[in-house]
Order: sequence, then C-alpha cells, then structure tokens
Amino acid sequence: MKKYISVTAQFDQDGNILPLKINWDDGRTFDIDRVTDIRYAASLKAGGAGIRYTCRIHSKEKYIYLEENRWFIEEPNIVAQKLRSTTPERCS
Amino acid sequence: MRTILHSDCNSFFASVECLYNPEIRDKPVAVGGDAEKRHGIILTKNQHAKKFNIKTGEAIWQAKEKCPELIVVPPHYDRYLRFSKMCRRIYSDYTDKIEPFGLDECWLDVTGSMLHYKSGYDIAEEIRYRIKEELGITVSIGVSFNKIFAKLGSDYKKPDAVTVISRENFKDIAWKLPASDLLYVGPATNRKLKILGIKTIGDIANFPLELLERNFGKWGDMLYAFSNGYENSPVLKSDECRSVKSIGNSTTAVRDLENYEDAKIIFMILCDSVCRRMREQGFVAKEVGISIRDTDLFTITRQTKLLRHTDITKDIYNASLKLFYENCDFQKNVRSLGVVVTDFKSANEAQQISIFDNEENRMKLQSLDNTLDELKYRFGTFCVRPAKLMFDTSLSGFSPKEEHIAHPVGYF
Repeated sequence: MKKYISVTAQFDQDGNILPLKINWDDGRTFDIDRVTDIRYAASLKAGGAGIRYTCRIHSKEKYIYLEENRWFIEEPNIVAQKLRSTTPERCS
Repeated sequence: MRTILHSDCNSFFASVECLYNPEIRDKPVAVGGDAEKRHGIILTKNQHAKKFNIKTGEAIWQAKEKCPELIVVPPHYDRYLRFSKMCRRIYSDYTDKIEPFGLDECWLDVTGSMLHYKSGYDIAEEIRYRIKEELGITVSIGVSFNKIFAKLGSDYKKPDAVTVISRENFKDIAWKLPASDLLYVGPATNRKLKILGIKTIGDIANFPLELLERNFGKWGDMLYAFSNGYENSPVLKSDECRSVKSIGNSTTAVRDLENYEDAKIIFMILCDSVCRRMREQGFVAKEVGISIRDTDLFTITRQTKLLRHTDITKDIYNASLKLFYENCDFQKNVRSLGVVVTDFKSANEAQQISIFDNEENRMKLQSLDNTLDELKYRFGTFCVRPAKLMFDTSLSGFSPKEEHIAHPVGYF
C-alpha cells in the first residue's frame, strides 16, 4: 500500500533534499538518524517511482520515496493490519 | 562502426497504470479513451490482455467481448510524460544523441560510450536493468549498426529483453522476419510486395533493385537500402528539432454531426487551433487539407492549394469549409473531422500582394487574429469565442490546442 507522509526536510544551497523527520498522522515524530543511500527507484509494492532514500530510524532500515513533490512509504497491507487489530485477544 | 540502440517501453501506458495500481497488475488491463466522449478505443494493453488477442485501436466494447474481465482504465498523459522524461534522463547518462520516436520509443547513438563498455549489448543490458529498477516498467532494446535494424531488434523479443542484430547475424535474424515488420511497410505496401512474391525482409534485400524501383519508385530504393542494412541516417540530438512540415488537429465530436451548421462549429474550432499554432511557429501555409470520417469509420482526406500563403484563420476556415462542401453530402452522419495545413514558408518572408484582393481588409483580419491570440494566450482559449460556438456549447466545448498531444512523427 502507498501511504503519503508528512516529512520535514532540509534543502541545501545546491538543491539537494535530505529528509530529517517523519511526522506521523497521530502527532508522533520519528527522527531520521541517517540516510544511507539515495537513488532513483520504483516501488512495486506501493506503486510509484521517484527518489528513494534509505533511512535509518531507531536502528531500523526504512525506504522513503520522494515522488515529484510528495513523500510516500510502502505500508504493509492495511487489510491484514486491520484484521490483526480486530482479532480479539486470547484470554488466559 | 556505429552502435545504435532502439529502446521501446513495453505497453507503455498500460505498464505505467499497472505500476500505480498494484492490485490490477496480474489481471488483463487496457488503457482506453473516454467512451462518453466517444473516444472509447483501446490505447494499449498489458501482457495479460494480449493473450486475449486484444488489439490497439479497437473499440472498448469489442475488447470486452473478447475478454469480459478486462479492466479498462482511463489514460493519465501527465504521468506518461513524466515517465518518458525519466527514461530520457537515464538515456542521457550514455549519450546526448537521443532521438525520440513518440513518447515511448527512442533511438540512441552510443558510439561515443563504447570506450567505457565492452559492447553495445552491455550498455543495453544496463539501461534495461536501470529502467526496470528506477521506473518499474520494462523496455526491450535492439542493438545494431543502423536505426532500422535497431528498431527491428527492439520488436524482435518482448518484453524486457535485448536483441543484437550485428553485421554478422543480420541475415539470420532480420532477413527471416516478415516484410511487414520493416519500418514503412504498411498494409498497402505489404499487399504490393506479396503480389511480387516478397514475403520476408530477406526477399526484399535479394530482389532486383530495378524491379523494386519500377514498382515503388523512390520508396523501392529506400526499402532495398533498409533491408540490406545500408541505411545510415544519423540519430538526431534531442535539441535538434526536425523541421515542421505540417500542422493539424482533428477531433471526434461528442455527437454525430448531422448538418453543415454542426460541421461549421467544429471547423471553426479546429482552424482556430491550427492557425494559432501556425502563427506561434511563424509560418504561413499554402495548402489546406481536411479529413472526414463518417459513422461507418470510413475516412476520406482532401486537400487544396490556396492562391497565396496565409496564416489568417478566416482564409483557412473558408478553404476547409469549401473542401467540405465539395466532398460531403451528409448521406452518412460525420463522426470526426480534421484540418491540416502544409507547404510552409516563413511568415517573415516577403509576400507578393494581389491587386484583386482587398489588402486593407487582410491587414485588418491579421491584426484581429493577433489580438485574439494575445487574449487567448493570457486568459485561455475560452475567453473570447465566435458567437456561433455558443449555439451548441456541448459540441464546441473542447480546445484542441491545449489538449493537443504530439504523436509519433514520421521517420523522414
């Protein structure tokens, strides 16, 4: 699934763009500790193509994509996620 | 020896749509025009739809008869333009000689990059891989020593493949292909070739040149050169524009045209667009052509010479209307109309004025056109229109100039 996200980014004087922070819908923010790779890439999972930033967030690797002027991430299948969240927890 | 690549994006529109809609990727998908506006034909289809023998250009309902589960999605031209640009960005890493042939095809002359690569095949493989990774669509690439064989190569194996047609193997690969695969062998030429007993490209190559010339004129010469690999036209740099030879617009009306009044409305809009584009480019034209397609999809084209070069909308409008009166009697209703102007010279060149025309009036018309151009440039096509167009706003509610899309141009 394609999920558009809000990103705080830095534009340097040469026009390079570097994402610094992901601002999640619920108000949480995630600092991007390091960008380890920047390249043009397509996302078959999300359905889109643009510049792919390989980011390290809380020691986890995550791709975020810049497609023209919108950022998106590949989100795991929402249906599966919802199913998981609605399954009643087993009582012990 | 030159190394020419021809890169062709496989089912370009459909591939882009499938990339953006992962859920339909494994189903038969076609990109189709708007059926409500009566542009309901198949523009491209993906590999799954190809299995059902769905053809580009057929009506959507015909395609759905062949494959009821076919998913038809509307086109997004802005997306295709973006992907086309992204492809060219990748090509430009290898050469500056990139000659586009439509949105999805390009010739590349990579001779200059051969110092850094072992072979043209290596470059083609790298491009194929990069487009797949970076754009998420596939290309097939032909590698050869001229443009014609490079194009044959890109058609040879699809999708996502590289084919090399070299001086050593072109007789084994290219010569065995049917003659109709050669660029510029359309249905009419193919029919004539068949009468001569020519079936394959090899047959053309081995056919006596004099006989080809007798049957096809200068095109015979060209076919002979194409099939023998003598073709040596350069790959134009992307910024070297081809000289414009004609400017035209055509449209399928939202409803069938039933009388001359309907046709006048359409011609008014088409001529306005064609003449504005012509004035923008700084040309004056001496020949006007129209095309008329009736409800049976039968098309005729007719052209006429004007007495003098002109860029006045009214002149072009009158000439095309005259052609229309002479060639259409509304036995069948008309589905689509087109206007094209050719035989250009620069608008800055001196013009012989006529003692019979009212030159003062012509100058007035010219300045009227220029004023209208300026207004439409600033405020849009719909800001000022002839009152006639207000009679039927559904019929006149289109603007070919803005909606114009450049389609693959001729090879010459």
